[in-house]
Amino acid sequence: MDDATQIPLPLAELHAELGGKMVPFAGYAMPVQYPAGVMAEHLHVRTRAGLFDVSHMGQVIVAGDGAASALERLMPVNVVGLAEGRQRYGLLTLPDGGVADDLMVANRGDHLLLVVNGAMKHLDMDILRAGLPDHSVELHDDRALLALQGPSAEAALEGLVPGTAAMRFMDVGGFEWQEADLWISRSGYTGEDGFEISVPIEVADAFARALLSHEDVLPIGLGARDSLRLEAGMPLYGQDLTPEISPVEAGLNWAIGKVRRPGGARAGGFTGEDRILHELTEGPERIRVGLRPDGRAPMRMGVMLYETEDAVAPVGTVTSGGFGPSVGAPIAMGYVPAGTQAGVTLYGDVRGRRMPVTVADLPFHQPRYKR
Amino acid sequence: MKYTEEHEWLDEADGIISVGITEHAAKQLGDVVFIELPDVGREITKGEEIVVIESVKAASDILAPLDGEITEVNEALIDNPGLVNEDAEAAWFFRMTTSTPEEIDAMMDEDAYKEFAE
Repeated sequence: MDDATQIPLPLAELHAELGGKMVPFAGYAMPVQYPAGVMAEHLHVRTRAGLFDVSHMGQVIVAGDGAASALERLMPVNVVGLAEGRQRYGLLTLPDGGVADDLMVANRGDHLLLVVNGAMKHLDMDILRAGLPDHSVELHDDRALLALQGPSAEAALEGLVPGTAAMRFMDVGGFEWQEADLWISRSGYTGEDGFEISVPIEVADAFARALLSHEDVLPIGLGARDSLRLEAGMPLYGQDLTPEISPVEAGLNWAIGKVRRPGGARAGGFTGEDRILHELTEGPERIRVGLRPDGRAPMRMGVMLYETEDAVAPVGTVTSGGFGPSVGAPIAMGYVPAGTQAGVTLYGDVRGRRMPVTVADLPFHQPRYKR
Repeated sequence: MKYTEEHEWLDEADGIISVGITEHAAKQLGDVVFIELPDVGREITKGEEIVVIESVKAASDILAPLDGEITEVNEALIDNPGLVNEDAEAAWFFRMTTSTPEEIDAMMDEDAYKEFAE
């Protein structure tokens, strides 16, 4: 363990007070649920607002002349074209075209702010430092990260931090709360309108309590975070995205800027370009799709998919699956051969029995962002 | 009411035993979203997996508490698995007969189970 993984989550005391059930995640003790339970927490975020502690995630500042251009060598993303005060989804890629991590990158004027997965942040730092030898790359373990998500998020945050309600989806900016500097983006991982708020550790507890004092805001654990993002069709690194899966297979072509694709002004020139450019032109062999089990039994990660009830060789795998509280039925996502159309029936092996499952378009829940 | 170390409750009346899971177990599982029940008439062996319970968190099983035969299953749970979370001690999963009724007497009573579950 290095220094970072020994730092307790800044809100540990608050989680205990709120009755959070703690589980190990990404090297931290994280709340998987509170007394309300996963189902109620999920539905609360869809109808009111929820507060998530995601302080395990890595907040990385990349600075120096030409930082955006340099980052484009590590990501198949249009970073140079990202306007100041804006954020976009991005991917760090590997030499063979797989995904090292997915992230958010924001243009904060004199620097870029990257928010990366907690379990991957130290590997990401290695990739960033090796790939950006002439730039400063710093992991900010001195800050907590909170996500406030749901239809009431705007009102709850505006009451504490005036000016945030005017932000549009994927805007980023610096704000103040009781003299502490906040880095706020209008984004999230739930398919709801909301914000992600970086706050200095010293004031994280007080700021979280201030948000929770709003009548519509409840604390939400990792369990509901997972079911919310699954309904929103968002991939989870480690399950739906791995070092073997390319961004094209994952259906993340939209995240690869036009200028980085074949024919674009800055086409290629990123880690893993051979495979990724090839798949952009020729198409991938497998694709990430939504899956709706016909029955009520959830199909979870690892369930093998078959073309028929008695086929011997599987054609695909479920990479995330469970019950969608807002959908009211089991939902999943996974990889199937390219060309598999929505509406096709496959069979998932659940406890030795082949259960029908229908290929479906993602997302299962239409996002409600403030564009 | 008697209890097993697998967090099941057994309620015997006139040789027919109703089986469910305890409130403690239901709490641990979280919101139940799917239940698969055995076929009526099935001969079961103690320790065999006979019910699948899926919660929002994970899948788990109920093991047969005794040797015997399934006589009835609670179809209401198939349509509304959440009944288990609402009132675990009312939400019976199946009813059975057994060839070894004396084993029930040896199971934990409520006080012993409470101590065990703590």
